[in-house]
Amino acid sequence: MSEDIQAGLAEILEEVAGVAPADATPEKSFTEDLDVDSLSMVEIATAVEDKFGVAIPDDELGNIKTVGDAMSYIQKNQG
Amino acid sequence: MSIRLPAGAPGARVLGLGGYRPRRRVTNDELAQVMETNDEWIQSRVGIAERRWASDDETLVEMSVAAGGKALAASGLSPDEVDLVILASASLTEPIPGIGPQVAYRLGIPRPGAFDLNAGCAGFCYALESASAAIRAGSARNVLVVGVERLTDVVDKTDRSTAVIFADGAGAAVVGASEEPGIGPVAWGSDGDQFSAIEIAAGTGTMTMAGQAVYRWATTRLTDTLLLAMESAGVDPKDIDVFAPHQANLRIVESMTKRLGFGEDVVVARDVVQSGNTSAASIPLALTALMESGEAKSGDLALVLGYGAGLTFAGQVLTLP
Ligand SMILES: CC(C)(COP(=O)(O)OP(=O)(O)OC[C@H]1O[C@@H](n2cnc3c(N)ncnc32)[C@H](O)[C@@H]1OP(=O)(O)O)[C@@H](O)C(=O)NCCC(=O)NCCS
Repeated sequence: MSEDIQAGLAEILEEVAGVAPADATPEKSFTEDLDVDSLSMVEIATAVEDKFGVAIPDDELGNIKTVGDAMSYIQKNQG
Repeated sequence: MSIRLPAGAPGARVLGLGGYRPRRRVTNDELAQVMETNDEWIQSRVGIAERRWASDDETLVEMSVAAGGKALAASGLSPDEVDLVILASASLTEPIPGIGPQVAYRLGIPRPGAFDLNAGCAGFCYALESASAAIRAGSARNVLVVGVERLTDVVDKTDRSTAVIFADGAGAAVVGASEEPGIGPVAWGSDGDQFSAIEIAAGTGTMTMAGQAVYRWATTRLTDTLLLAMESAGVDPKDIDVFAPHQANLRIVESMTKRLGFGEDVVVARDVVQSGNTSAASIPLALTALMESGEAKSGDLALVLGYGAGLTFAGQVLTLP
């Protein structure tokens, strides 16, 4: 389950921000480690919503700082 | 006793375009001297390298007259052949009177129907549809459409969240009757629940913007509008020669372009790089620039989309003059 989420996220990160899939590990910070800026984060949020069927409102997006944060958010909110 | 209606025209098309860019260029480095910002941030987030700021004498009326005069000259019409003027602006700080009548008078257009229209950054496309509809309904023969802004009047020029983005300028189009439709059906609408995303809050006189919310809306909710504008005109994305969306942020332009499935040689307007966000003026300014540089040519099929404060949006397919 969490491997699927990690793989799905890695795919999105590669597509939106050119992050190598091997780098998309839970402890990585989007902005600090993966060079993803705030507008790419918005696009990642949209892609996550489409792929995983979860809603990420703007104020929640601010709390998602690492790949792990995103994984647990998806896990918690998935139908 | 029944009421008689005029016959109207089978279609409408753009006959001429014109633009006015204020004299003063403002670079990112100049802004970095008065606020906490830098060229690298602005170029990577918004794609703007420089913008034009109007001086005191470059008023909304003067810029409209300059752009409108060029569009009239390009159309080959004389002022007395125009019978409607629609002026789109979101930065009229003193809205009484509206300036459409004065702009018409200054251009020598005798006693036309004239009014101002505010649909935020979608104003030009709303005005274009209003012009096209008036011609097809028979209530006007030729229409001058102007999009004009002095956003620097409503922006705090030291606030980096808006001052690096918004700018000034005017663009205009003359629209006339045609046998073959040269302006497709409009795909338009609004999302009024997000009224406060771009606003001048009561009593402040200063515009603020929820940048990320607008970014998300623009990159997700407008794709269907663009597809509908093409579909209802009977045009395939591969048939589009020129894509000229509102010039708000280069990353939004690129994101939309990626999603739409245009042909490889589609010409994409990137005037935001030189002009910043000029709201209702951005589409005619961008089209004028592409035609002047030769990247777009007469007869090309263009897809345009305005979107902004309201939130509002409107898109259509048109044939370039
Ligand atoms: C306005 C916009 C460029 C702002 O970008 P953003 O990434 O959302 O900006 P944020 O306010 O979240 O700031 C992100 C970071 O950049 C910094 N920053 C913000 N503005 C800055 C500026 N002008 N210069 C330098 N740094 C800036 C912030 O401090 C923040 O840094 P941090 O992450 O270290 O805290 C962007 O949201 C946008 O273009 N939105 C769409 C607007 C639009 O199209 N409007 C249409 C109107 S018609």
